[in-house]
Amino acid sequence: MGRAKLPRKSTNIDMTAMCDVAFLLLSFFILTTKFKPSEAIAVTTPSSVSSKVAPNKDFVLVTIDKDGKVFLTIDDKEKRTLVVNSLNASKNLGVDVAKFKAADFIGASFGELNSFLSVAPENRKGNALPGIPCKDTTNNEMIDWMRAVSEAYAGEKMDLLLKGDNLAKYPSFKGVMTAFKRNDIQKFQMVTNPENAPVGSELYKKSMNGEKQENN
Amino acid sequence: MAELDTSGGGHKKKGPGVKKGKKLSTRVDLTPMVDLGFLLITFFIFTTTMSQPTALKLLMPDDKVKPEEQNKAKESGALTILMGADNHVYYYEGQLKTDASNFLSASYNGENSIRDVIMKKKAYVRSIAQDPNDPEHDLVVVIKPSQYCTYKNVIDILDEMSINVVKKFALVDIFETEEQLIKISDDSAKPSSN
Repeated sequence: MGRAKLPRKSTNIDMTAMCDVAFLLLSFFILTTKFKPSEAIAVTTPSSVSSKVAPNKDFVLVTIDKDGKVFLTIDDKEKRTLVVNSLNASKNLGVDVAKFKAADFIGASFGELNSFLSVAPENRKGNALPGIPCKDTTNNEMIDWMRAVSEAYAGEKMDLLLKGDNLAKYPSFKGVMTAFKRNDIQKFQMVTNPENAPVGSELYKKSMNGEKQENN
Repeated sequence: MAELDTSGGGHKKKGPGVKKGKKLSTRVDLTPMVDLGFLLITFFIFTTTMSQPTALKLLMPDDKVKPEEQNKAKESGALTILMGADNHVYYYEGQLKTDASNFLSASYNGENSIRDVIMKKKAYVRSIAQDPNDPEHDLVVVIKPSQYCTYKNVIDILDEMSINVVKKFALVDIFETEEQLIKISDDSAKPSSN
């Protein structure tokens, strides 16, 4: 009596299914990856233990680069129009509204604003720009900018962000803060990289106990 | 699935003049492709920025309140932190003595860090507290950045406030005398710094 012969099975595994899964995941990750938009102003932000995510739309952003030059970004295009109209009226600047609306950021004094806007957007690079003057207490143009911005946002919630470089010196930061304070803006947020609370610190113990970090 | 059957269903008779082509396997080894796929997946997983920038909130006091309405800090609970150039940090408790004997130096991390100073101060305020329900009522940290310090230094100190859960702190303009003191200390620290 012979035993039934087992058919010899191939050790070749069909890779097709695995390949399918791999490429499905691959396409998912490619599509969800958001590439960092190339920034005209290079800024390395410091880290903080804050866990609140920074808003990424409809914000007003003040950037301080490593040389202490200050730039202003208004995300909302409608507000840009309001801002430029009020500045044109109060300062008699004669700035082209359409050009201002297309500009992603502003980095020149009022006197140089027109020549700044006439430069092609791709040539506006942070290290060659003068920035908005604010270090000098007698000529702090940020005050006028912030006044126009806070008027544009009157009665609405404004997400005011401050993004400073690690190496920026304090006087520019102070100039920006003065501009905020002068316009009764007491609340702003500073963009930072997240980091964990140091082990053993009071905040660390709190988070271990499951307490949520307060955001006052 | 992805293999094409080339064996030809059933042996069809071909014409007499048709040459039979050499049968090549169309089975493709997919292993390198899978390898590549997973390699790319790992690449995209690692480059995807999970860490969105966070925001550190700061509430500024209103400058316009009258002096008599402003909060007065008790001397026993006050700690003033001053930031100088090259990541130097100084502090004093209470009021600055005229001979500057309580003007002390600390560091951002490592030995004699500003965190230990704040912790010590907190413990001290708690030990002398009168109100047991709110033992840290008197603790006020005054932050005075000098013109030589960087933005990072300011954020680090503000961050230190949230790390040590200090509820009352204020960013205050520095006095002329203090700035000079920082300058002197910074300069004296320079030759010996390593």
